[in-house]
Amino acid sequence: MQKVTTFVTNLWEATTESQIWKAIFRHGAPTSNRNRVLVVMSNVFLHLHPVKSRKAGIKLRYTWCMGGITFFLFLVLTFTGLLLMFYYRPTVEYAYADIVDLREHVPLGIMRELHRWGAHAMVITVWLHMFRVFMTGSYKPPREFNWGVGVVLLVLTLLLSFTGYLLPWDQLAIWAITVGSNMARATPLVGHEGPLAAALRLGDISLVHAGNDARFILLGSRVVGDSTLLRFYVLHCVGLPLAAAFLMAVHFWRVRKDGGISGPM
Amino acid sequence: MGDQEKGTEPPAQSKEMSRRGFISWVATAWAFFAASAATGGIAMGRFFFPNVLTEPPSTFTVGFPDDFAIGAVDERFKEKYRVWIVRNEEGIYAIQTICTHLGCTPNWLEAENKFKCPCHGSGFYMSGINFEGPAPRPLERLRVTLADDGQVLVDKSRTFKFEAGQWEDPESFLELV
Repeated sequence: MQKVTTFVTNLWEATTESQIWKAIFRHGAPTSNRNRVLVVMSNVFLHLHPVKSRKAGIKLRYTWCMGGITFFLFLVLTFTGLLLMFYYRPTVEYAYADIVDLREHVPLGIMRELHRWGAHAMVITVWLHMFRVFMTGSYKPPREFNWGVGVVLLVLTLLLSFTGYLLPWDQLAIWAITVGSNMARATPLVGHEGPLAAALRLGDISLVHAGNDARFILLGSRVVGDSTLLRFYVLHCVGLPLAAAFLMAVHFWRVRKDGGISGPM
Repeated sequence: MGDQEKGTEPPAQSKEMSRRGFISWVATAWAFFAASAATGGIAMGRFFFPNVLTEPPSTFTVGFPDDFAIGAVDERFKEKYRVWIVRNEEGIYAIQTICTHLGCTPNWLEAENKFKCPCHGSGFYMSGINFEGPAPRPLERLRVTLADDGQVLVDKSRTFKFEAGQWEDPESFLELV
Protein backbone atom coordinates (compact mmCIF):
# COMPACT_ATOMS: atom_id res chain seq x y z
CA MET A 1 0.00 0.00 0.00
CA GLN A 2 2.84 2.36 0.88
CA LYS A 3 4.52 1.60 -2.43
CA VAL A 4 1.35 2.25 -4.38
CA THR A 5 0.83 5.57 -2.65
CA THR A 6 4.43 6.61 -3.36
CA PHE A 7 4.09 5.54 -6.99
CA VAL A 8 0.87 7.50 -7.47
CA THR A 9 2.37 10.56 -5.80
CA ASN A 10 5.49 10.39 -7.96
CA LEU A 11 3.43 9.89 -11.11
CA TRP A 12 1.24 12.86 -10.24
CA GLU A 13 4.27 15.04 -9.61
CA ALA A 14 5.97 13.92 -12.81
CA THR A 15 2.79 14.70 -14.75
CA THR A 16 2.17 18.12 -13.26
CA GLU A 17 5.84 19.08 -13.60
CA SER A 18 5.93 18.13 -17.28
CA GLN A 19 6.04 20.77 -19.99
CA ILE A 20 2.84 19.46 -21.62
CA TRP A 21 0.86 19.90 -18.41
CA LYS A 22 2.32 23.32 -17.75
CA ALA A 23 1.64 24.41 -21.32
CA ILE A 24 -2.04 23.58 -20.91
CA PHE A 25 -2.59 24.70 -17.31
CA ARG A 26 -0.96 28.02 -16.52
CA HIS A 27 -1.82 27.91 -12.84
CA GLY A 28 -1.64 25.61 -9.85
CA ALA A 29 -4.42 23.48 -8.38
CA PRO A 30 -7.49 25.54 -7.37
CA THR A 31 -6.71 25.38 -3.68
CA SER A 32 -6.32 29.12 -3.14
CA ASN A 33 -8.69 31.96 -4.03
CA ARG A 34 -6.16 33.30 -6.55
CA ASN A 35 -5.91 29.97 -8.34
CA ARG A 36 -9.68 29.51 -8.32
CA VAL A 37 -10.00 32.84 -10.10
CA LEU A 38 -7.24 31.85 -12.55
CA VAL A 39 -9.05 28.60 -13.39
CA VAL A 40 -12.04 30.58 -14.65
CA MET A 41 -10.12 33.48 -16.16
CA SER A 42 -7.60 31.43 -18.13
CA ASN A 43 -10.12 29.01 -19.63
CA VAL A 44 -11.75 30.08 -22.88
CA PHE A 45 -14.97 28.20 -22.08
CA LEU A 46 -15.22 29.18 -18.40
CA HIS A 47 -14.21 32.81 -18.79
CA LEU A 48 -17.68 33.79 -20.04
CA HIS A 49 -18.89 32.68 -16.63
CA PRO A 50 -18.44 34.92 -13.60
CA VAL A 51 -15.58 34.09 -11.28
CA LYS A 52 -17.90 34.30 -8.31
CA SER A 53 -21.62 33.66 -8.13
CA ARG A 54 -24.01 34.86 -5.49
CA LYS A 55 -25.31 32.13 -3.26
CA ALA A 56 -28.87 33.04 -4.23
CA GLY A 57 -27.85 33.03 -7.88
CA ILE A 58 -27.24 29.31 -7.94
CA LYS A 59 -30.34 28.49 -5.96
CA LEU A 60 -32.51 26.24 -8.13
CA ARG A 61 -35.69 27.70 -6.65
CA TYR A 62 -34.64 31.14 -7.81
CA THR A 63 -33.26 30.55 -11.34
CA TRP A 64 -34.88 27.18 -12.16
CA CYS A 65 -31.62 26.74 -14.11
CA MET A 66 -33.76 27.54 -17.16
CA GLY A 67 -31.08 29.53 -18.98
CA GLY A 68 -28.58 26.76 -18.33
CA ILE A 69 -31.00 24.08 -19.50
CA THR A 70 -31.72 26.09 -22.65
CA PHE A 71 -27.99 26.34 -23.39
CA PHE A 72 -27.57 22.63 -22.70
CA LEU A 73 -30.42 21.86 -25.12
CA PHE A 74 -28.78 24.10 -27.72
CA LEU A 75 -25.60 22.02 -27.39
CA VAL A 76 -27.60 18.78 -27.64
CA LEU A 77 -29.39 20.07 -30.74
CA THR A 78 -26.14 21.20 -32.34
CA PHE A 79 -24.59 17.79 -31.79
CA THR A 80 -27.57 15.65 -32.81
CA GLY A 81 -28.19 17.97 -35.76
CA LEU A 82 -24.60 17.53 -36.87
CA LEU A 83 -25.06 13.76 -36.78
CA LEU A 84 -28.30 13.99 -38.77
CA MET A 85 -26.50 15.98 -41.46
CA PHE A 86 -24.49 12.86 -42.27
CA TYR A 87 -27.62 11.17 -43.62
CA TYR A 88 -30.07 13.91 -44.58
CA ARG A 89 -30.11 15.43 -48.09
CA PRO A 90 -32.16 18.63 -48.48
CA THR A 91 -33.79 17.92 -51.84
CA VAL A 92 -37.41 17.24 -52.66
CA GLU A 93 -36.41 13.88 -54.08
CA TYR A 94 -34.56 12.57 -51.01
CA ALA A 95 -35.59 14.56 -47.93
CA TYR A 96 -38.59 12.53 -46.78
CA ALA A 97 -37.00 9.18 -47.67
CA ASP A 98 -33.87 10.13 -45.72
CA ILE A 99 -35.95 11.02 -42.68
CA VAL A 100 -37.68 7.63 -42.79
CA ASP A 101 -34.35 5.89 -43.37
CA LEU A 102 -32.89 7.67 -40.35
CA ARG A 103 -35.36 5.78 -38.25
CA GLU A 104 -35.14 2.40 -39.92
CA HIS A 105 -31.87 2.06 -41.80
CA VAL A 106 -29.51 3.78 -39.41
CA PRO A 107 -28.47 2.59 -35.94
CA LEU A 108 -29.61 4.75 -33.03
CA GLY A 109 -32.94 5.34 -34.77
CA ILE A 110 -34.05 7.80 -32.10
CA MET A 111 -31.46 10.39 -33.19
CA ARG A 112 -34.07 12.33 -35.16
CA GLU A 113 -36.51 12.12 -32.27
CA LEU A 114 -33.84 13.36 -29.87
CA HIS A 115 -33.38 16.36 -32.15
CA ARG A 116 -37.11 17.00 -32.44
CA TRP A 117 -37.93 16.55 -28.75
CA GLY A 118 -34.90 18.65 -27.84
CA ALA A 119 -36.18 21.39 -30.15
CA HIS A 120 -39.64 21.37 -28.58
CA ALA A 121 -38.06 21.37 -25.12
CA MET A 122 -35.80 24.31 -26.01
CA VAL A 123 -38.73 26.45 -27.11
CA ILE A 124 -40.45 25.68 -23.78
CA THR A 125 -37.37 26.34 -21.63
CA VAL A 126 -36.65 29.63 -23.44
CA TRP A 127 -40.15 30.85 -22.54
CA LEU A 128 -39.78 29.66 -18.94
CA HIS A 129 -36.39 31.38 -18.69
CA MET A 130 -37.97 34.59 -19.97
CA PHE A 131 -40.85 34.19 -17.51
CA ARG A 132 -38.41 33.73 -14.62
CA VAL A 133 -36.36 36.76 -15.64
CA PHE A 134 -39.54 38.83 -15.89
CA MET A 135 -40.98 37.69 -12.58
CA THR A 136 -37.73 38.34 -10.71
CA GLY A 137 -37.41 41.78 -12.30
CA SER A 138 -34.06 40.86 -13.78
CA TYR A 139 -34.78 42.85 -16.94
CA LYS A 140 -34.44 46.13 -15.06
CA PRO A 141 -31.37 48.38 -15.38
CA PRO A 142 -28.49 47.65 -15.56
CA ARG A 143 -29.69 44.46 -17.30
CA GLU A 144 -32.04 46.04 -19.85
CA PHE A 145 -29.62 45.52 -22.78
CA ASN A 146 -29.28 41.83 -21.98
CA TRP A 147 -33.07 41.53 -21.95
CA GLY A 148 -33.01 42.86 -25.50
CA VAL A 149 -30.34 40.34 -26.52
CA GLY A 150 -32.50 37.65 -24.94
CA VAL A 151 -35.54 38.70 -26.95
CA VAL A 152 -33.53 38.40 -30.19
CA LEU A 153 -32.36 34.95 -29.01
CA LEU A 154 -36.00 34.00 -28.42
CA VAL A 155 -36.84 35.00 -31.99
CA LEU A 156 -33.84 33.03 -33.29
CA THR A 157 -34.99 29.98 -31.34
CA LEU A 158 -38.46 30.25 -32.86
CA LEU A 159 -36.97 30.71 -36.35
CA LEU A 160 -34.76 27.65 -35.83
CA SER A 161 -37.86 25.72 -34.82
CA PHE A 162 -39.76 27.05 -37.85
CA THR A 163 -37.01 26.29 -40.40
CA GLY A 164 -36.39 22.84 -38.92
CA TYR A 165 -40.08 22.06 -39.20
CA LEU A 166 -39.89 22.04 -43.02
CA LEU A 167 -36.96 19.66 -43.34
CA PRO A 168 -38.84 16.31 -43.00
CA TRP A 169 -40.75 17.40 -46.13
CA ASP A 170 -44.00 15.68 -45.23
CA GLN A 171 -47.45 17.16 -45.85
CA LEU A 172 -47.53 18.70 -42.39
CA ALA A 173 -44.22 20.48 -43.02
CA ILE A 174 -45.05 21.72 -46.51
CA TRP A 175 -48.42 23.20 -45.57
CA ALA A 176 -47.19 24.60 -42.26
CA ILE A 177 -44.49 26.54 -44.09
CA THR A 178 -46.91 27.51 -46.87
CA VAL A 179 -49.30 28.97 -44.32
CA GLY A 180 -46.55 30.41 -42.11
CA SER A 181 -44.73 32.14 -44.93
CA ASN A 182 -47.99 33.60 -46.24
CA MET A 183 -47.72 36.03 -43.35
CA ALA A 184 -44.79 37.62 -45.15
CA ARG A 185 -47.18 38.67 -47.94
CA ALA A 186 -48.63 41.22 -45.54
CA THR A 187 -45.30 42.84 -44.58
CA PRO A 188 -45.57 46.61 -44.88
CA LEU A 189 -43.83 47.94 -48.01
CA VAL A 190 -41.91 44.74 -48.88
CA GLY A 191 -44.83 42.27 -48.89
CA HIS A 192 -46.85 42.42 -52.09
CA GLU A 193 -50.18 42.28 -50.26
CA GLY A 194 -49.02 44.43 -47.37
CA PRO A 195 -49.87 48.04 -46.57
CA LEU A 196 -48.15 50.68 -48.69
CA ALA A 197 -46.84 48.07 -51.14
CA ALA A 198 -49.39 49.21 -53.73
CA ALA A 199 -48.03 52.73 -53.42
CA LEU A 200 -44.61 51.61 -54.64
CA ARG A 201 -45.15 51.79 -58.36
CA LEU A 202 -43.75 53.47 -61.39
CA GLY A 203 -46.73 54.41 -63.50
CA ASP A 204 -48.46 51.13 -64.27
CA ILE A 205 -45.61 48.94 -63.02
CA SER A 206 -45.75 47.88 -59.37
CA LEU A 207 -42.32 47.54 -57.82
CA VAL A 208 -43.33 44.96 -55.20
CA HIS A 209 -44.95 41.83 -56.56
CA ALA A 210 -45.09 38.10 -55.76
CA GLY A 211 -41.81 37.52 -57.57
CA ASN A 212 -39.64 39.87 -55.50
CA ASP A 213 -41.24 40.53 -52.13
CA ALA A 214 -40.29 39.41 -48.60
CA ARG A 215 -42.01 36.06 -49.02
CA PHE A 216 -40.10 35.37 -52.21
CA ILE A 217 -36.77 35.97 -50.41
CA LEU A 218 -37.81 33.44 -47.73
CA LEU A 219 -39.00 30.76 -50.15
CA GLY A 220 -36.69 31.31 -53.09
CA SER A 221 -39.77 30.96 -55.29
CA ARG A 222 -43.48 31.77 -55.35
CA VAL A 223 -44.42 28.40 -53.85
CA VAL A 224 -42.81 26.12 -51.26
CA GLY A 225 -40.49 23.90 -53.31
CA ASP A 226 -36.95 22.68 -53.83
CA SER A 227 -35.37 26.11 -53.38
CA THR A 228 -37.35 26.66 -50.16
CA LEU A 229 -36.08 23.40 -48.73
CA LEU A 230 -32.49 24.35 -49.52
CA ARG A 231 -32.87 27.88 -48.12
CA PHE A 232 -34.44 26.66 -44.90
CA TYR A 233 -31.80 23.94 -44.57
CA VAL A 234 -28.91 26.39 -44.90
CA LEU A 235 -30.57 28.82 -42.49
CA HIS A 236 -31.37 26.01 -40.05
CA CYS A 237 -27.93 24.38 -40.06
CA VAL A 238 -25.59 27.33 -40.53
CA GLY A 239 -27.07 30.84 -40.53
CA LEU A 240 -29.35 30.83 -37.51
CA PRO A 241 -27.14 28.66 -35.23
CA LEU A 242 -24.16 30.93 -35.94
CA ALA A 243 -26.21 34.01 -35.10
CA ALA A 244 -27.57 32.31 -31.97
CA ALA A 245 -24.09 31.19 -30.82
CA PHE A 246 -22.74 34.71 -31.33
CA LEU A 247 -25.57 36.31 -29.36
CA MET A 248 -25.34 33.64 -26.64
CA ALA A 249 -21.70 34.57 -26.07
CA VAL A 250 -22.76 38.22 -25.73
CA HIS A 251 -25.67 37.19 -23.48
CA PHE A 252 -23.53 35.18 -21.04
CA TRP A 253 -20.79 37.77 -21.02
CA ARG A 254 -23.28 40.54 -20.26
CA VAL A 255 -24.70 38.55 -17.33
CA ARG A 256 -21.25 38.76 -15.80
CA LYS A 257 -20.66 42.40 -16.74
CA ASP A 258 -24.05 43.50 -15.44
CA GLY A 259 -23.31 42.22 -11.97
CA GLY A 260 -23.93 38.50 -12.19
CA ILE A 261 -27.21 36.69 -11.83
CA SER A 262 -29.64 39.04 -10.11
CA GLY A 263 -30.43 38.28 -6.49
CA PRO A 264 -33.75 38.38 -4.66
CA MET A 265 -34.94 41.86 -3.82
CA MET B 1 -16.95 27.44 0.16
CA GLY B 2 -16.82 31.03 1.41
CA ASP B 3 -17.35 30.12 5.02
CA GLN B 4 -14.43 27.73 5.19
CA GLU B 5 -11.96 30.26 3.86
CA LYS B 6 -12.60 32.85 6.49
CA GLY B 7 -11.29 30.41 9.01
CA THR B 8 -13.80 31.58 11.57
CA GLU B 9 -15.71 28.35 11.50
CA PRO B 10 -14.43 24.81 11.78
CA PRO B 11 -14.66 22.68 8.62
CA ALA B 12 -18.30 22.08 7.91
CA GLN B 13 -19.39 18.78 9.35
CA SER B 14 -22.48 17.54 7.63
CA LYS B 15 -25.07 16.17 9.94
CA GLU B 16 -26.70 14.10 7.22
CA MET B 17 -23.72 12.61 5.43
CA SER B 18 -20.39 11.24 6.60
CA ARG B 19 -17.17 11.78 4.68
CA ARG B 20 -17.16 8.12 3.65
CA GLY B 21 -20.76 8.31 2.57
CA PHE B 22 -20.08 11.40 0.49
CA ILE B 23 -17.15 9.79 -1.29
CA SER B 24 -19.13 6.67 -2.13
CA TRP B 25 -21.94 8.84 -3.50
CA VAL B 26 -19.49 10.76 -5.66
CA ALA B 27 -17.89 7.52 -6.84
CA THR B 28 -21.29 6.07 -7.73
CA ALA B 29 -22.23 9.21 -9.58
CA TRP B 30 -19.00 9.21 -11.58
CA ALA B 31 -19.41 5.51 -12.34
CA PHE B 32 -22.90 6.14 -13.72
CA PHE B 33 -21.65 9.13 -15.68
CA ALA B 34 -18.78 7.11 -17.16
CA ALA B 35 -21.08 4.21 -18.00
CA SER B 36 -23.62 6.41 -19.76
CA ALA B 37 -20.88 8.32 -21.56
CA ALA B 38 -19.37 5.04 -22.76
CA THR B 39 -22.78 3.73 -23.88
CA GLY B 40 -23.48 6.97 -25.68
CA GLY B 41 -20.05 6.91 -27.27
CA ILE B 42 -20.48 3.38 -28.57
CA ALA B 43 -23.96 4.17 -29.88
CA MET B 44 -22.58 7.28 -31.55
CA GLY B 45 -19.82 5.32 -33.24
CA ARG B 46 -22.35 2.75 -34.42
CA PHE B 47 -24.40 5.60 -35.92
CA PHE B 48 -21.83 5.94 -38.68
CA PHE B 49 -22.34 2.37 -39.89
CA PRO B 50 -25.82 2.28 -41.46
CA ASN B 51 -27.82 -0.93 -41.59
CA VAL B 52 -28.63 -0.42 -45.26
CA LEU B 53 -26.06 0.43 -47.93
CA THR B 54 -26.93 2.20 -51.15
CA GLU B 55 -23.79 1.24 -53.04
CA PRO B 56 -24.32 -0.49 -56.43
CA PRO B 57 -24.44 -4.29 -56.31
CA SER B 58 -21.11 -5.99 -56.92
CA THR B 59 -22.74 -8.83 -58.88
CA PHE B 60 -24.87 -8.45 -61.99
CA THR B 61 -25.95 -10.51 -65.00
CA VAL B 62 -24.98 -9.37 -68.48
CA GLY B 63 -27.06 -11.75 -70.67
CA PHE B 64 -26.79 -15.25 -72.10
CA PRO B 65 -23.47 -16.59 -73.44
CA ASP B 66 -24.87 -16.67 -76.98
CA ASP B 67 -25.47 -12.90 -76.84
CA PHE B 68 -21.72 -12.36 -77.18
CA ALA B 69 -20.01 -12.68 -80.54
CA ILE B 70 -16.86 -14.77 -80.66
CA GLY B 71 -13.72 -12.67 -80.92
CA ALA B 72 -15.44 -9.40 -79.98
CA VAL B 73 -15.18 -7.03 -77.05
CA ASP B 74 -18.60 -6.11 -75.68
CA GLU B 75 -18.70 -2.48 -74.56
CA ARG B 76 -22.36 -2.31 -73.50
CA PHE B 77 -21.54 -2.55 -69.79
CA LYS B 78 -18.55 -0.22 -69.76
CA GLU B 79 -20.44 2.88 -68.66
CA LYS B 80 -22.75 1.26 -66.15
CA TYR B 81 -20.53 -1.34 -64.52
CA ARG B 82 -17.04 -0.42 -65.78
CA VAL B 83 -16.45 -3.82 -67.29
CA TRP B 84 -15.76 -5.30 -70.76
CA ILE B 85 -17.11 -8.75 -71.62
CA VAL B 86 -14.89 -10.65 -74.04
CA ARG B 87 -15.89 -13.87 -75.79
CA ASN B 88 -13.37 -16.13 -77.51
CA GLU B 89 -13.44 -19.71 -78.85
CA GLU B 90 -13.15 -21.27 -75.40
CA GLY B 91 -15.37 -19.05 -73.32
CA ILE B 92 -16.02 -15.69 -71.69
CA TYR B 93 -14.00 -13.42 -69.43
CA ALA B 94 -14.66 -9.99 -67.92
CA ILE B 95 -12.03 -7.23 -67.85
CA GLN B 96 -12.13 -4.35 -65.41
CA THR B 97 -11.95 -1.01 -67.32
CA ILE B 98 -9.31 0.46 -65.02
CA CYS B 99 -5.84 1.13 -66.46
CA THR B 100 -3.17 -0.45 -64.28
CA HIS B 101 -0.99 2.62 -64.70
CA LEU B 102 -2.95 5.40 -62.94
CA GLY B 103 -6.55 4.27 -63.06
CA CYS B 104 -7.91 5.98 -66.19
CA THR B 105 -10.51 4.25 -68.36
CA PRO B 106 -8.96 2.90 -71.59
CA ASN B 107 -10.83 2.67 -74.91
CA TRP B 108 -11.33 -0.43 -77.04
CA LEU B 109 -9.97 0.37 -80.52
CA GLU B 110 -11.71 -2.05 -82.84
CA ALA B 111 -9.53 -1.23 -85.87
CA GLU B 112 -6.26 -1.71 -84.00
CA ASN B 113 -7.55 -4.64 -81.96
CA LYS B 114 -6.29 -3.27 -78.66
CA PHE B 115 -7.26 -1.37 -75.49
CA LYS B 116 -5.64 2.06 -75.49
CA CYS B 117 -5.50 4.34 -72.48
CA PRO B 118 -6.05 8.01 -73.44
CA CYS B 119 -4.09 9.35 -70.46
CA HIS B 120 -0.57 8.05 -71.04
CA GLY B 121 -0.88 5.72 -73.99
CA SER B 122 -0.77 2.32 -72.31
CA GLY B 123 -1.87 -0.46 -74.67
CA PHE B 124 -3.33 -3.85 -73.87
CA TYR B 125 -4.18 -6.87 -76.04
CA MET B 126 -7.71 -8.23 -76.12
CA SER B 127 -6.61 -10.65 -73.40
CA GLY B 128 -5.86 -7.65 -71.16
CA ILE B 129 -2.07 -8.14 -71.26
CA ASN B 130 -0.07 -4.92 -71.52
CA PHE B 131 2.37 -4.44 -74.41
CA GLU B 132 3.06 -0.69 -74.70
CA GLY B 133 3.11 2.45 -72.63
CA PRO B 134 3.75 2.87 -68.91
CA ALA B 135 1.22 0.33 -67.57
CA PRO B 136 3.27 -2.05 -65.37
CA ARG B 137 0.89 -5.04 -65.46
CA PRO B 138 -2.10 -6.48 -67.33
CA LEU B 139 -5.68 -5.33 -66.77
CA GLU B 140 -7.49 -7.22 -64.04
CA ARG B 141 -10.19 -9.77 -64.74
CA LEU B 142 -13.36 -10.30 -62.72
CA ARG B 143 -15.15 -13.38 -61.50
CA VAL B 144 -17.52 -14.82 -64.14
CA THR B 145 -19.92 -17.70 -63.51
CA LEU B 146 -23.23 -18.90 -64.87
CA ALA B 147 -26.28 -17.79 -62.92
CA ASP B 148 -29.14 -20.19 -62.19
CA ASP B 149 -31.11 -18.87 -65.14
CA GLY B 150 -28.20 -19.53 -67.53
CA GLN B 151 -27.06 -15.92 -67.80
CA VAL B 152 -23.46 -14.80 -67.36
CA LEU B 153 -22.97 -13.52 -63.82
CA VAL B 154 -20.12 -11.03 -63.16
CA ASP B 155 -18.83 -10.45 -59.64
CA LYS B 156 -16.80 -7.26 -59.24
CA SER B 157 -15.87 -7.99 -55.65
CA ARG B 158 -13.33 -10.58 -56.78
CA THR B 159 -10.48 -9.64 -59.14
CA PHE B 160 -7.89 -11.85 -60.79
CA LYS B 161 -4.36 -10.64 -61.52
CA PHE B 162 -2.38 -12.24 -64.31
CA GLU B 163 0.99 -11.57 -62.67
CA ALA B 164 -0.15 -13.46 -59.59
CA GLY B 165 -1.10 -16.49 -61.67
CA GLN B 166 -4.76 -15.95 -60.83
CA TRP B 167 -5.95 -16.21 -64.44
CA GLU B 168 -5.53 -19.96 -64.01
CA ASP B 169 -8.38 -19.84 -61.51
CA PRO B 170 -11.47 -21.47 -63.08
CA GLU B 171 -13.67 -18.62 -61.84
CA SER B 172 -11.68 -16.02 -63.78
CA PHE B 173 -12.81 -17.59 -67.05
CA LEU B 174 -16.19 -19.02 -67.98
CA GLU B 175 -15.49 -22.07 -70.11
CA LEU B 176 -18.14 -22.82 -72.72
CA VAL B 177 -18.16 -26.26 -74.35
